[in-house]
Amino acid sequence: MKYWFLTLLILLPFAGTGMDVRRFDDAQKQQRYEHLIEELRCLVCQNQSLADSSAPLAQDLRNEVYHIIESGNNDEEAIRFLVQRYGDFVLYRPPFRLSTTLLWLGPFALLIAGVLWLWRLARRRSAMNPVELSAEEQQRLQQLKKEIGP
Amino acid sequence: MRYLVPLAIFIVLVIFLGVGLKMDPREVPSPLIGKPAPRFSLPQVVDADQAISSEALKGQVSLLNVWASWCASCRQEHPLLLDLARRNVVAIYGLNYKDQREDALAWLAQFGNPYQTSAFDADGKIGIDWGVYGVPETFLIDRQGIIRYKQTGPLTEAIIQEKLLPLIEELQKQGQAS
Repeated sequence: MKYWFLTLLILLPFAGTGMDVRRFDDAQKQQRYEHLIEELRCLVCQNQSLADSSAPLAQDLRNEVYHIIESGNNDEEAIRFLVQRYGDFVLYRPPFRLSTTLLWLGPFALLIAGVLWLWRLARRRSAMNPVELSAEEQQRLQQLKKEIGP
Repeated sequence: MRYLVPLAIFIVLVIFLGVGLKMDPREVPSPLIGKPAPRFSLPQVVDADQAISSEALKGQVSLLNVWASWCASCRQEHPLLLDLARRNVVAIYGLNYKDQREDALAWLAQFGNPYQTSAFDADGKIGIDWGVYGVPETFLIDRQGIIRYKQTGPLTEAIIQEKLLPLIEELQKQGQAS
């Protein structure tokens, strides 16, 4: 009896994951739909995709995407529908625009800056270590070696 | 000099983080600003047989306030809308979003009705067209039917005084000039 209860408790978190699954006649459409709702952000709970969220608005938007795909439109059509209404924010992958250049190129710029900095540092280090010994120093070096012995 | 560069980087970082803290991630800029208001034709809340369409908003500066009886912050901003309606500076329309008609009517009866009329968007489809994602939302629409401003979340006295009223005045003047 006790174990039954424990098993039930363990299973409890899985109870909520039975989301409304949409069925398409076409397996390819099904795949496209499932991919799309993973890529689109829920506006209400902003760190969840449309697929993950159980907010009423996410349900409505999944519905819209479903109908757009089911009626034979391509993925771009569905994306355009949402972007026109909610802006680029619904996209988990922001498009490359003038306003997003820093976002897209910033990491690469930082990487290049870092590499340049390292390179300069390495050059300065090697410049700081004098390799050449004067004749006098050479002589002393030899003498020291002799003193220490083999 | 040795400490200046890290210090400068630190200060820049602090400024960025500070600005980031002040920003509200829930506020998503609407792509509809500067664009024609999405069309709609819906039954009215008060009378299901009477329709209200987006055409009714044209030719005047108007506010479209998205509300619902189940929305707690709508109740919070409601007195401000009533006050705005009393001042008669702008035509206020309602979009009743995903609500039950009886609940909406009871809500208006209890708290007062600032709206010329409210459209009844039971399934929230028109809400989606307007990019609604969190009730209450308020749109300011000019005479030509172009959306000029959007407030997501409840209106406050400060927003009305500092943003809405000056904009309304400006839009009213613009309309008269042309």
